[in-house]
Amino acid sequence: MKIELSRDKVHNEFAKKVEWISGQNLFACYQCGNCTAGCPVAFAMDLGPHEVIRYTLLGLEEEVLSVNTFWLCASCLQCSSRCPKGIDIARVMDALRMVILRKKERRDYLQISEFPEGFLERVPQIAFISGFRKFLS
Amino acid sequence: MGSSGNGFIKKAMVIGGGIAGITASIDIGNAGYNVLLVEKLPSIGGRMLQLSETFPTLDCAQCTLTPKTVETGQHPRIQLHTYSEVVRVEGQAGNFIVQIRKKASYVDWEKCTGCGLCQQKCPSKYPSEFDRGMGLGKAIYTLSPQAVPNKPVINTSHCRYFLEKKCRVCEKICPVGAINYQQEDRIIEEKVGAIIVATGFDLMPIERFGEYGYGEIPDVIDGLSFERLNSASGPTNGEIRRPSDGKVPKEVVFIQCTGSRDPERYMPYCSRVCCMYTAKHARLYKHKVHEGQVYIFYMDIRSTGKGYEEFIQQTMEEGILYLRGRVSRIFRDGEKIAVWGVDTLTGKKVEVLADLVVLATAIIPHQEVKALAQILGIPIDLYGFLTEADRKLKPVETNREGIYLAGCVQGPKDIADTVAHANAAASKVQSLFARYS
Amino acid sequence: MNYLYFPGCTLYTKAKNFDQTARNCSLLLGFELIELPNWTCCGATFPLATDNLMALLPPARILARAKEQGEILTTLCAICFNVIKRTNHLLQRDGEKREKINEFMEMNYLGDLKVLHYLEILKQEIGFSTIKDKVKKPLNELQAAPYYGCMLLRPFEEMGFDDKERPTLFEEFLESLGAKPVDFPYKIECCGSFQSVGSPEVATECAYRILTSAMKQGAEVVVSTCPLCTFNLDQKQSDILKAHLDFKTIPVLYFTQLLGVAMGLDPRTLGFEQNAVDPIPLLKRKGLV
Repeated sequence: MKIELSRDKVHNEFAKKVEWISGQNLFACYQCGNCTAGCPVAFAMDLGPHEVIRYTLLGLEEEVLSVNTFWLCASCLQCSSRCPKGIDIARVMDALRMVILRKKERRDYLQISEFPEGFLERVPQIAFISGFRKFLS
Repeated sequence: MGSSGNGFIKKAMVIGGGIAGITASIDIGNAGYNVLLVEKLPSIGGRMLQLSETFPTLDCAQCTLTPKTVETGQHPRIQLHTYSEVVRVEGQAGNFIVQIRKKASYVDWEKCTGCGLCQQKCPSKYPSEFDRGMGLGKAIYTLSPQAVPNKPVINTSHCRYFLEKKCRVCEKICPVGAINYQQEDRIIEEKVGAIIVATGFDLMPIERFGEYGYGEIPDVIDGLSFERLNSASGPTNGEIRRPSDGKVPKEVVFIQCTGSRDPERYMPYCSRVCCMYTAKHARLYKHKVHEGQVYIFYMDIRSTGKGYEEFIQQTMEEGILYLRGRVSRIFRDGEKIAVWGVDTLTGKKVEVLADLVVLATAIIPHQEVKALAQILGIPIDLYGFLTEADRKLKPVETNREGIYLAGCVQGPKDIADTVAHANAAASKVQSLFARYS
Repeated sequence: MNYLYFPGCTLYTKAKNFDQTARNCSLLLGFELIELPNWTCCGATFPLATDNLMALLPPARILARAKEQGEILTTLCAICFNVIKRTNHLLQRDGEKREKINEFMEMNYLGDLKVLHYLEILKQEIGFSTIKDKVKKPLNELQAAPYYGCMLLRPFEEMGFDDKERPTLFEEFLESLGAKPVDFPYKIECCGSFQSVGSPEVATECAYRILTSAMKQGAEVVVSTCPLCTFNLDQKQSDILKAHLDFKTIPVLYFTQLLGVAMGLDPRTLGFEQNAVDPIPLLKRKGLV
């Protein structure tokens, strides 16, 4: 695949929105990959967190928003605590969730109706309340 | 101090009047020894005079350099031979007999007051080499208004008098009658005890890069050209305007490692300064053109000097887009320049339609170094850099006693390393002289 | 000395055993947990979107109300602790957001409450040596793996709980009970957290790695400070067994349950029936029940 870069693309609305919501400067990332290296759920991710940052910076909105990375992020903050550039990567992941969850047409990641029977009775409140806040608009 | 009882001459010759040669000359002069400073251009200052600002402090290059050139020009122990070349060296440490060709300047420098009238009135304009062909110079010229010495020379291949035997405007206008079209080259002979070679570097010409347009795309320039574009004394008075149409470029691509780290086609070595000066260029551009975007294609970022890595990181944080990968090809696309690169971090091919492309071309030795090495009887390496006596333990000595190296003539260096190298060469000369007291 | 106490939703239901054991142990250690009146849910996540002030309101309200009652607020659940402590930190430092939030709440809270985890109360206010003195039934060198998880430790600058890479507070606590703390590399790795709702199989894998890491170092029991960690590590062991045939189960207890054992509380009051992997056989083997 080819990326056609231009001023508008580099300063794309999508990346700006992610930077605004997360409060992070994506240009500060020098792609060391520490975040991905220490991520406890990276094994299940389509792209590592560092790649997601890169894709976002380059304005690859569709590709980024279609990967599972930020949905799988558990906000454990391991990445944020070890980022040598002080980027709070967990905030970037959350911002990507927000970009989708705040869209006009409701685009929840989870459908409560699809949970197996008895599931919500089994899991503790803390799990589904924090889960709902991360996965539902 | 001149020669000692045993005939050992305590006078040094420094070849090359850039920051390395100037530094070494001042050091040796301050130690109380006489110095001959030989420079092939009409005035001293070298490459640094062409630079706008320097990394990592973004100091104005001319502001840092001018006190040094002035000090050199006024130093009681330093004798300048500008517009001159060393043509012969015989003898050994303590007693080198050197011949210097003083090229005809067609101006009697004894009479000339440096008033500059001749340059103002000279009707012959041509692309100035100092401004990398982007600005117009005159046939009678000095390199800069602060030139040391502030004496003009006539470029005979552009002077109307020499080409067509007419004009003579400079001769008519000169209030002291200093113009002398009959002047000829002179050879002078000097005796010195030690020699420092500090002839600096050149850039690999962009004409060599076929994939980047063989130098035929006007808005594809090299790093020194960008320095001139950005310099307040340059052809655009420091405004970033591209050569082809004078428009302010909004999309600027920098390509690092152009000709460097390319063992198959160009130079296998790293040119050492390109990462830093490209970052500097990007920032200076961004400070002047806020709405512009810079893309830097790089393979690795080498920023090992003091304060360098911090400088690079700050550059990234300012919104300069670093793309890891080489550029395969650039070509004209209407008013734009198509750049075909890659971002290996995403694994995707990248295309940019740029307004200006700056190639960080490889640092190479001057062509003339080969001949100079023969004159001096010292070896050159595979690429034409002069060879030091030992890669680690004798970085300024050569295999010939009494001949030392300073700066980029030995290999690519930044200013800080060049100055340290020159300090070292000067101290070697001093310890040699001290041995024969 | 008594301490204001914010239980949080889960400690009233799925983690009643956590709440009860903590309250009972307090009394034996000479202090009481005073439950905050009319408390609400803390929100269960600290909002990472910087523009989301709404999500800061519940923890801010909890803090502001607590400040009217006292100076120190304690929690047991590591997530509640994280949300409340981070909010407090933000209200201390971000004057602009503090003003907006106070205006909305019609309160004037300045971020000057001290928020301590129950473990910090034990260390700083009571002292592990005092606990050691009061232990009735030392844990007989029980190989206990302290699982810190994420929320107590990160972000370090805001939580200030202990060294973020090699914390030791939990180990000191276990030592004071007569247990033998087991150091294991996964003690600061994530349990999968709310992914037990979003991607349960991912959380299962996280739990598997943590538990096997602890067992590899010789752990007989894993000790937790958080109802969500406990759910992932304990309740999900049945799922782990399905995914990993080589897996052997291991009991997971709240640190207050172990404290209760050591303080000599009646085992029937320690809520072991809420633990998925039954710890009784282990405790019997060790002569602790």
